Amino acid sequence: MAIEIKPLEQFTIERLIPLHIGGLDVSYTNSALVMTIAVVLVTALVLLATRRAALVPGRWQSVAEMSYEFVADMVETNAGHGGMQYFPFVFTLFMFVLLGNSLGLIPYSFTFTSHIIVTFALAITIFIGVTIIGIARHGWHFLSLFAPSGVPAVLLVLLIPIELLSYCIRPFTLSIRLFANMLAGHTMLAIFGGFAASLPLFAILPLGIDVLIYFLELLVAVLQAYVFAILTCLYLHDALHLH
Amino acid sequence: MTQGDPQEPLNHLGRRIEEAQRAAGASTGQRSEGPQSSFGSSLALAWRIGIELLVAVVVGTGIGWAIDRWLGTRPWGMIILFFLGVAAGMLNVWRAVTGAGMAVGYRQQQQAARAAKDGRKDGD
Repeated sequence: MAIEIKPLEQFTIERLIPLHIGGLDVSYTNSALVMTIAVVLVTALVLLATRRAALVPGRWQSVAEMSYEFVADMVETNAGHGGMQYFPFVFTLFMFVLLGNSLGLIPYSFTFTSHIIVTFALAITIFIGVTIIGIARHGWHFLSLFAPSGVPAVLLVLLIPIELLSYCIRPFTLSIRLFANMLAGHTMLAIFGGFAASLPLFAILPLGIDVLIYFLELLVAVLQAYVFAILTCLYLHDALHLH
Repeated sequence: MTQGDPQEPLNHLGRRIEEAQRAAGASTGQRSEGPQSSFGSSLALAWRIGIELLVAVVVGTGIGWAIDRWLGTRPWGMIILFFLGVAAGMLNVWRAVTGAGMAVGYRQQQQAARAAKDGRKDGD
């Protein structure tokens, strides 16, 4: 009768194809499998939907065009002038995170964005990339980002470390936001699912809550992909224009 | 599709889109500020504020701890960096709430303030 509820079991990494190269564990895992599926799906969507591009778009072409326009609009408004140069990167990022979030909502699937190392790898890539872009564009003038103009020298002693710190925590906030949202949502789904399994008489209550949470998670999946991409645009804007 | 004029189906579609838009006019006007989207955006903002505050403090303290370990200045690095982390977190929250995005620095605010002042002058 006692059904064990293991809400965190869904996040276990399983090695599908064990692979060790030079002492490094580079096995092909379930996480990597879902990532591959996500990449293949996005590529297929964009390639197949636009292959027979019609003036009056069909369903799939509409989906591809809408996502393209959505991201293009986001980059243009948030990254500002010259930001469109980085559109391919932001589009790839948005679609990858979006597919990762939503593929994870399919039962028995795996949410790779619920692993901090995945989101942190994405965030630190953005952080390093944006910093390099900023320095390449503005040289060491880029550092003026940390020194607000028109501030007394005494305050600068305090402000520069604070600004520097608030710049350096960006990859952490960016990655933890996405990871924590996904982890919390999926854990909640699993816990209420477990309640439904262990309370057969009243299963309808936790089940109903689960359905509602599922809808909330669909919203969160899109929203977090959007937040991730839009923050990337804002960071790019900083680096391109020094605000 | 094989009707003589190739523009014909397009015109037809244009008419249908216009009619649909007119029919949906009232609802589309409200949709952008409907409960769903405002709920979503406030949820995102709430998450962002929480994460921003927490992470700044944790990362600041962590850096302080690392500096202490490296230079043997325990406990000063941790104490100072803790407070700097709190300050940075609050700064980021303030930026997130006032809609300044995540921009480091103040130039944006100065420009916005100047623009607002100019706008008011023009208006009066």
